[in-house]
Amino acid sequence: MSDQNIVARSATTTPSPQARNHAIPVAKLIDVSKCIGCKACQTACSEWNDLEYEVGTNTGVYDNPHDLEANAWTVMRFFETEPKEGQFAGMLDWTIRKDGCMHCEDPGCLKACPAPGAIVKYANGIVDFNSDNCIGCGYCITGCPFNVPRISQKDKKAYKCTLCSDRVSVGLEPACVKTCPTGAIIFGSKEDMKEHAAERIADLNERGYASAGLYDPAGVGGTHVMYVLKDAKNPQNVNLPVDPTISPLVSFWKGITKPLAGLALGAIALGGFLHYITVGPKEEPVDDDDRRGGGDAGRADGGGDPWEADRNVVREARRDRLEDGRSNSPSNDTRRDL
Amino acid sequence: MRAATKPGILRYTAGQRANHWLTAIMFVLLATSGLAFFHPAFFFFVHLLGGPQWARILHPFIGVVMFVSFFILAVRLWSYNAMRPIDRQWMRQFDDVVMNRDDLLPPIGRYNAGQKILFWVIVVTMILLLLTGIVIWRSIFGVFFPVPVHRVAVLIHAISAFVLIAGIFVHIYAAIWVKGSVRAMTRGTVTHAWARHHHAGWYEEVTGDRSISRERSDPRSESLL
Repeated sequence: MSDQNIVARSATTTPSPQARNHAIPVAKLIDVSKCIGCKACQTACSEWNDLEYEVGTNTGVYDNPHDLEANAWTVMRFFETEPKEGQFAGMLDWTIRKDGCMHCEDPGCLKACPAPGAIVKYANGIVDFNSDNCIGCGYCITGCPFNVPRISQKDKKAYKCTLCSDRVSVGLEPACVKTCPTGAIIFGSKEDMKEHAAERIADLNERGYASAGLYDPAGVGGTHVMYVLKDAKNPQNVNLPVDPTISPLVSFWKGITKPLAGLALGAIALGGFLHYITVGPKEEPVDDDDRRGGGDAGRADGGGDPWEADRNVVREARRDRLEDGRSNSPSNDTRRDL
Repeated sequence: MRAATKPGILRYTAGQRANHWLTAIMFVLLATSGLAFFHPAFFFFVHLLGGPQWARILHPFIGVVMFVSFFILAVRLWSYNAMRPIDRQWMRQFDDVVMNRDDLLPPIGRYNAGQKILFWVIVVTMILLLLTGIVIWRSIFGVFFPVPVHRVAVLIHAISAFVLIAGIFVHIYAAIWVKGSVRAMTRGTVTHAWARHHHAGWYEEVTGDRSISRERSDPRSESLL
């Protein structure tokens, strides 16, 4: 995509190009009630994005790979639950959820990222990683409310679903959408996807899924990947956060502390400078004692402090008494190691 | 004129000076690269370590070196930094300190309260930076700590670093402000006058010269020497 399509850019304090802010937001809608768990989307993702993950081992569940990886940007997650109420109470409910980046309208990864331009958001809502700018710190993982980005052990760079931004930019749907055999994954404008979801939810409600609903969490400004869930009141059953937001810790860390800390450090430096030119330094004291000859001659330069003479008389008095006391001093050579 | 002066009083041994400056150099590299990761305004600092990726790679290793170096220095200076009643008196007269009314100040020991507070601030922030730094060292410890722990760690790391950097700003300014101090850490010695003027208690301790405390009328200072 061209740079004019970038509306938000990591670690950047000036506005990104806004000329195309009117672009229609896109969304991918994943209808878990239609998913049959064939993993064609995983395969299509690997194929289009030219990714190869290692063949793993069977741990007793269908999830393969077990988790998102730097080179596995989407994973079918299988859930077995028993609804406690409603028409299906006590029956086994098998839900397969296609996991991956949610493409938040307010992306926590982008907020946390310290590398300018390593994470961008396009006018259509897609959040993308620019791997050449990625420094591999992993702050995106810290910022993400959905635990999506993964750091590659080969190159220490972060990866996640791009929503096939390359395909979308030329008018194609994402690879997973293209390949889904049941129409469980569809793609279009966010508005259209919401309309379609409403129809699907009404249908599910009719068929006994009373709590079916759309997962488009407002806490992150909505997402450009949405789910139709059979039980939208309990998204945690399919390992989705109930009310995801960018963690307040991350918001604080990458929010108000940045200007405050910068200003405070500047203020301390400025304060020091002003103190120096108003109050002035503590000039190096020169006492007779530092000269073997002793006597008043040693005070001729006054330590370089023009105000020393009139600063206060206490010092004069003390120095005189000091001179008296020193005649009793045992040794003139006081150099000693501590 | 200098040739005619007495040898100075040793304040820092060669080993302590090397130890200090190793810590200081590491600090500069860490503060700059750390600020680069903290705020985009400072991102250009990554080039001190050879670019953004190298800054990310090197920052934690340098951090470990700084911690070890500082820890050794801290052990060497630990016993001098215990707070004493006279330090409280010095703190009460902080306005006299700032306004350079040094003659009104009590005869403090090797370090004044400001220096001691700075010492403990550095000790605490260094420990926090090390512990949280290990958590957020993704390339080595990435798999060991869950995301919520990371979120707490990055925030504590940033706040500790801010406090440390602010403290070091004060430390550097104090060295510029109090003339004659820098040579203690570059050449090792201070003049007798400097020691007597700024650290009278310490001066008496190392020279055995009790004249200052004898002439001070303030009974509080008498009881402390």
